[in-house]
Amino acid sequence: MNQILLNQIKKDFLENNPKFVAAKNVHPLEQRIVLKNYQVIDPESILEYIANDGYQGISKALTMSPKEVINEITISKLRGRGGVGFPTGLKWKFALGYESDDKYVICNADEGEPGTFMDRHILEGDPHNNIEGMMIAGYAIGASKGYIYVRAEYPLAASRLQKAIDDALELKILGDNIFDTDFSFNIEIRLGAGAFICGEETALMESIEGKRGLSRNKPPFPAQIGLFAQPTIINNVETIANVSSIILNGGEWYSKIGTEKSTGTKVFSLSGKTKNKGIFEVPMGITLYDVIYKIGGGMSEGSTFKAAFTGGPSGGVLTKDHLDTIIDFDSLVELGSIMGSGGIIIADQNDCIIDTIKHFMKFNAEESCGKCTPCREGTTILYNMLDDITKGKSSLEDLEKIKHLSKMVSTTSLCGLGQAAPAPIFSALTHFYDEFIDHIEHKTCKTGVCSMPVKGGE
Amino acid sequence: MMSQREKINLEKFELIIDSFQNIKGPLIPILHEAENMYGYIPIEVQNLISKKLKISNAEINGVASFYSMFHTNPTGLHHIGVCTGTTCHLNGSGKLLKHLEHKLGIREGETTSDGQFTIVPVKCIGNCDAAPNITIDGKVYNAVTITQLDELIIECSDK
Ligand SMILES: Cc1cc2nc3c(=O)[nH]c(=O)nc-3n(C[C@H](O)[C@H](O)[C@H](O)COP(=O)(O)O)c2cc1C
Ligand code: FES
Repeated sequence: MNQILLNQIKKDFLENNPKFVAAKNVHPLEQRIVLKNYQVIDPESILEYIANDGYQGISKALTMSPKEVINEITISKLRGRGGVGFPTGLKWKFALGYESDDKYVICNADEGEPGTFMDRHILEGDPHNNIEGMMIAGYAIGASKGYIYVRAEYPLAASRLQKAIDDALELKILGDNIFDTDFSFNIEIRLGAGAFICGEETALMESIEGKRGLSRNKPPFPAQIGLFAQPTIINNVETIANVSSIILNGGEWYSKIGTEKSTGTKVFSLSGKTKNKGIFEVPMGITLYDVIYKIGGGMSEGSTFKAAFTGGPSGGVLTKDHLDTIIDFDSLVELGSIMGSGGIIIADQNDCIIDTIKHFMKFNAEESCGKCTPCREGTTILYNMLDDITKGKSSLEDLEKIKHLSKMVSTTSLCGLGQAAPAPIFSALTHFYDEFIDHIEHKTCKTGVCSMPVKGGE
Repeated sequence: MMSQREKINLEKFELIIDSFQNIKGPLIPILHEAENMYGYIPIEVQNLISKKLKISNAEINGVASFYSMFHTNPTGLHHIGVCTGTTCHLNGSGKLLKHLEHKLGIREGETTSDGQFTIVPVKCIGNCDAAPNITIDGKVYNAVTITQLDELIIECSDK
């Protein structure tokens, strides 16, 4: 394969086939970059991908030096979509700086945060775009091997990716001496096996190596010592899905979309009690109001907005006081929550905040890898203490103990799971303190979710 | 994932292990194969993997027991899971799970004595916009009601 052949395939296809039809149900507030091909092309057709400018990004990248590629990503100010928002260009620069014959690129498709489903749609809807993004990443840091770690719960995403890889190999887009250069790249898919912690980057590497998914100590960071002890970059699906467009259109173009510190678009997944649910892609900085009342079409019949959960079991809760808040990496952190990977769950008057944070803690306790004590023991104790609150067995003194233990768990845990596990408690204490008082002092749950009298009842 | 189980045949499984010879870190893909074939990872298969990959039995057992999709004891012909992820939880999946547990007379993680059903833990399968969801042998069913759950179980039992 080379540039001329690629253009020829594109031209032939466009001449002999009907024009692509724009995706339906795109909200006017949306801007689709990551989802540019979503429901536009047949995800199982490499020809359609090529016809819609596919593999032009890697073709262009190969005419640049690795440093220039990384520079373009840096200029775009792209930040990782996996949750923390680490600058992607910087991550790649670190990995380029370490010498080794075996470097790796990993695409993190473990998407385990409950209420989150954009990565599944991105992979199922446009698998080649992820292959291309990984190739560009590989060229940029000097890696010739990539792994996609897909959770086993997403068999369709995995099979479409495998087909995409096979088709790209057949057209000699993947493999040795890509586009007649020295660059060679191969990709292997690995399936998870039902462990949320394997979304954490170092636990994920342990899992690929065939071990239990226990988080590693950092430093050393993966850019230096990662998979099979080699320099490795790991990026989220959506991060990688931005790469080819950035290379094609330039970092400058991308940096002008979104907010100053959170550039570009973000794909969100909306679920819960709004009329419309599903995924949508908007420039960073949309308000919570627009999410619920414009994209979401308002609350469902009979529902009144009470709370929005973002960042899942590691995040926090927003209330009607925050409807004007813009959603990006930094503004939610200021409010004691996080954007996380972009799952937004809308709760109504029938949902109990205390029950929900108890549910989050149960998830964290069950999914803790068990390596460090504060997380392993702390999350279970916190769960039991929250459970007591929902059963009317707590005092305000217990609440003080919960706060104390929460601080300890968040400051002493080894990895992000434990560090963020108490976050929903802190956030609920700030915004729904009255519900704690209801459950603890009055032994009532006004939603009727918890097994205690309904407030206002007898 | 399958609704048929194979008889344990170590010679056949040895060939499967061999087919992963050229990949780095083959253990988890191999365990997936065993789980798919037998519905669990029998101890004799663990021993064989240990011998072939030169990894200790303890290590293999540790890995097999770490991941929720791997089982070290036989599981039912059908794996049913009720999603307990957040959106499904807010949409009443707790009631669905209780109903299922009551109906089958087992708790999540357990297998019915006739070997027909195992209730497997499921925590968000990325279908939250259609909550509450259940899975049967890997297939996802959206917006499930208690009546539908009952029907699906009957359908399964007939197979
Ligand atoms: C408990 C835990 C689970 C995580 N799960 C995921 C995940 O499912 N997908 C993901 O991309 N990142 C996940 N992360 C974040 C990764 O560790 C890592 O930061 C990310 O893959 C880096 O990619 P990015 O820079 O493109 O965001 C998780 C982190 C923690 C602590
Ligand atoms: S919470 Fe059940 S599918 Fe996501």
